[in-house]
Amino acid sequence: MSEELHYKSASELSQMLANKELSSVELTKATIARVKAVEEKVGAFNSFDESDALAQAEASDARRSAGKSFGPLDGIPVGIKDNLAVNGQPLTCSSKMLENFVSPYDATCIEKLKSQGAVLWGRLNLDEYAMGSSTENSAFKTTSNPWDLERIPGGSSGGSAAAIAAGQAVLALGSDTGGSIRQPASHCGIVGVKPTYGSVSRYGLAAFASSLDQVGPMARSVKDAAMLLQAISGHDERDSTSYRFEQPDLLAAIESNSGRKWTLGLPKEYFANAENTPAMEPILKAIDFYRSLGCEIKEVSLPHTDYAVATYYIVATAEASSNLARYDGIRYTHRAEKFDAKDSVDIYCQSRAEGFGEEVKRRIILGTYVLSSGYYDAYYLKAQKVRTLIRRDFENAFKEVDALLTPTSPSPAFKKGEKASDPLSMYLSDIYTISANLAGIPGMSLPCGYSDGLPVGLQILGKPFKEDEMLSIANQFEAAHDFKDQHPSL
Amino acid sequence: MEYEAVIGLEVHVQIKAKSKIFSRVQAGYGHEPNKLVDPVVMGLPGALPVMNKAALDGIIKAGLALNCTIPETCKWDRKNYFYPDSPNNYQITQYDQPICDGGYVEIELPGETRAVMGEHKKIKLTRIHLENDVGKLNHFSEDSLVDYNRAFTSLMEIVSEPDMSSGEEAFAFLTAIRQTMIYCGISDCDMEKGQMRADANISVRPVGQKELGQKIELKNLNSITGVKNGIEYEIKRQTRELKKGNAIKQATWRWNADLNQTEMMREKEDAHDYRYFPDPDLMPVKIDDEWKSRLQSEIPELPWDKQRRFMEEYGLPYSITAVLVPDRALSEWFEAAAKQAPKLAQAIGNLVANDLLRELSETGESLADCKITPDSLLGLVQVVEKGTIPKNVANKDVFPEMFKTGETAEQVIERKGLKPDFDEGQVRVWCQEAIDENPKPVQNYKDGNEKALNALLGPVMKKSRGKANPQLVNKLIRELIS
Repeated sequence: MSEELHYKSASELSQMLANKELSSVELTKATIARVKAVEEKVGAFNSFDESDALAQAEASDARRSAGKSFGPLDGIPVGIKDNLAVNGQPLTCSSKMLENFVSPYDATCIEKLKSQGAVLWGRLNLDEYAMGSSTENSAFKTTSNPWDLERIPGGSSGGSAAAIAAGQAVLALGSDTGGSIRQPASHCGIVGVKPTYGSVSRYGLAAFASSLDQVGPMARSVKDAAMLLQAISGHDERDSTSYRFEQPDLLAAIESNSGRKWTLGLPKEYFANAENTPAMEPILKAIDFYRSLGCEIKEVSLPHTDYAVATYYIVATAEASSNLARYDGIRYTHRAEKFDAKDSVDIYCQSRAEGFGEEVKRRIILGTYVLSSGYYDAYYLKAQKVRTLIRRDFENAFKEVDALLTPTSPSPAFKKGEKASDPLSMYLSDIYTISANLAGIPGMSLPCGYSDGLPVGLQILGKPFKEDEMLSIANQFEAAHDFKDQHPSL
Repeated sequence: MEYEAVIGLEVHVQIKAKSKIFSRVQAGYGHEPNKLVDPVVMGLPGALPVMNKAALDGIIKAGLALNCTIPETCKWDRKNYFYPDSPNNYQITQYDQPICDGGYVEIELPGETRAVMGEHKKIKLTRIHLENDVGKLNHFSEDSLVDYNRAFTSLMEIVSEPDMSSGEEAFAFLTAIRQTMIYCGISDCDMEKGQMRADANISVRPVGQKELGQKIELKNLNSITGVKNGIEYEIKRQTRELKKGNAIKQATWRWNADLNQTEMMREKEDAHDYRYFPDPDLMPVKIDDEWKSRLQSEIPELPWDKQRRFMEEYGLPYSITAVLVPDRALSEWFEAAAKQAPKLAQAIGNLVANDLLRELSETGESLADCKITPDSLLGLVQVVEKGTIPKNVANKDVFPEMFKTGETAEQVIERKGLKPDFDEGQVRVWCQEAIDENPKPVQNYKDGNEKALNALLGPVMKKSRGKANPQLVNKLIRELIS
């Protein structure tokens, strides 16, 4: 039975639970069994608590038999990236700094999932503090790409993407600061959505770069992602950057939009070298598909694209240097055993030297530098101005088109260790995803084919708060292809 | 060579609010350590600040009361530095767009005697901004422990221009701020509870020199007298050094109130790089006219305005207003009685400023639970005015009883039999007797010596066993002689 269950979509499973063909306990047990079977190869989880998950599943089944089910997510196992706060569970951010930290509170998105009965299932690996594009920066383990265990799953939400691709969770939450949901989704052949900035509360998401971070869903299908996004989005009084907006019923919107003929833009800067990259072939085919549907395909220009990566690494590291200052060895973080007791500065230095990994240190130092007096105007302030120009590029493009189609990543998943010693080339793997975070617009990746047997993702960038349209466009493609039913052999 | 001091103050004032500035947790004092905390206050991973509107109300009100301009928008910045009392290792504050710009504080310097009003001056303000307070470090022999109860309490920083030149002025500046804050209900400014704290920048230069001398920062001024003494000590010290030809080094000093002297904390190394940048977790705040005018309407008449009005409207002497006005409740108590009989205001004022305050301080009672009311006090003054009992009896015998029991003046007079057992006719008889028995002062009076009549007062009082009303006696004697 479990063989049949672990690649079913959330909407199918939800239906089965509703029809009482399946109980949440059965589903959760099957999920646990699947994790036990493949986790050694995949390494997606930092930790999980079987008995806690089963207790949640039992509670869900009890509600259902009492006729008080909380809705479509009730009883569905959802994996959680290990940088989101769940009361009573470890919150490590895959950092030695937080190795022994247990969160005493729930993130808002977690609270929402709990109130809808989801079974919160395990803590998924990530690049330390969500800094990285390969999940190789985790202090605890390296996650493998289920399609090729020699390769990285992408990052930083590599654990979430791999768990979905390997059938270890039905749905998962990730976070996306510069592409951390979309790029691993692309590499693992699943759907990943970065929502509009301000549409999902950041309360309880361990901050990397506050003005860029956004929590989002990762799933095996567009509809599953829509279902999870619906569950976690909405205004939150505990997050000042949370926006008051009316979100339509995403699943209903996807249905009602199924025949629309969109105007879709191709940013020419993203396709400049299209012929030379083999991974571009499935993307071009996907574009042809939309053309065949009767959509108008237009070339547009995002003239400041070249500056996006540099701008991102200034803004993100500046914010990170400040956000990560709280991990200091004083309250709840790793404290060095040996330090000069007379000097609190020494506690900080020793503890942070031991607790943080190389990439995190690199970014803290960079961020500290770009904010330091004398350099602020030249770097941070300039980057903020460029950021405005990048946002305007998108505003202008969206005057002409409903959404943009681009590759998610310049190449399919690379081999472990391939870029580990070359941070700059690693940073460039976010080149197509970063701008959406700088502009605050929604973006998603969905599987659109293979290159050398590895999944390739199509990125759709939408108008702010128009997730319904973006998901509808994605669904048109998914409905006509069977990529969501293709799974890695493990 | 003569030297002069240039002083600027940075005054931190905690805003009175139920909850903390960026968290919903309760703000308070005197709780067990680390009880008033939540994920935001502890700086836990994922916690986010959310602005408490009550703190904004407080600072905007303060700005309006201190004559500041309130710009349409203000924003939040992070000031980054590592210190164990700061849970995030950055403070959320305002760098280049504070909520209040400019403004001034009207101060009064001591007059020649306590009976006359001193010189009033305006001390200019640079700005007032809002920030989160930090926790408190408690040092023990082996360990240092942090208490985050105070962390994230709403804190205003009032920054003055270098506009003061003495400890006296600094004292007056703090006193004026404190009174204004208490009047407006913005803060109780209890310095013992850390609700008001001050740092001073002090430099000394030869009189006539334009450029400022090297300043030192004086910290740890946690009482208003401490501010005065600390600054005066520091001015003397710097002047002495300069006279000796020594240079003043940039440094941070602290005031040691126990030893009554300043001591050096640290010589200033390179200026700290706080790496200010806009806080990405908080949106800028728009402050519209409606918001401002609502708060403006909540600001009561301010102390100096009230003092000038009391002197003008009620003819009160400066010395009485100087007692009544600084205490808003007391001044309102006084006025509740005085406005019913403005002509008797001075008598009311005297009773409040002298007798009422004395009784309160002796019994330790507060004005709020005092048994005597403005109306009953007015009744006492009216009884004296009518001549029913003399003033000394009213003050000495009636008032303390009223204070103790809450009775009216009439009730006390009745119960204690203080009402004279004779009528005006009897007083007239005693007056005539005194005139007849003392021909000499009578003749002196007729010759134009007004004061000579005082000699007749004593004999009449003696005949009445002290119960005659002196004002009545005075009036009757004059009538009888003429």
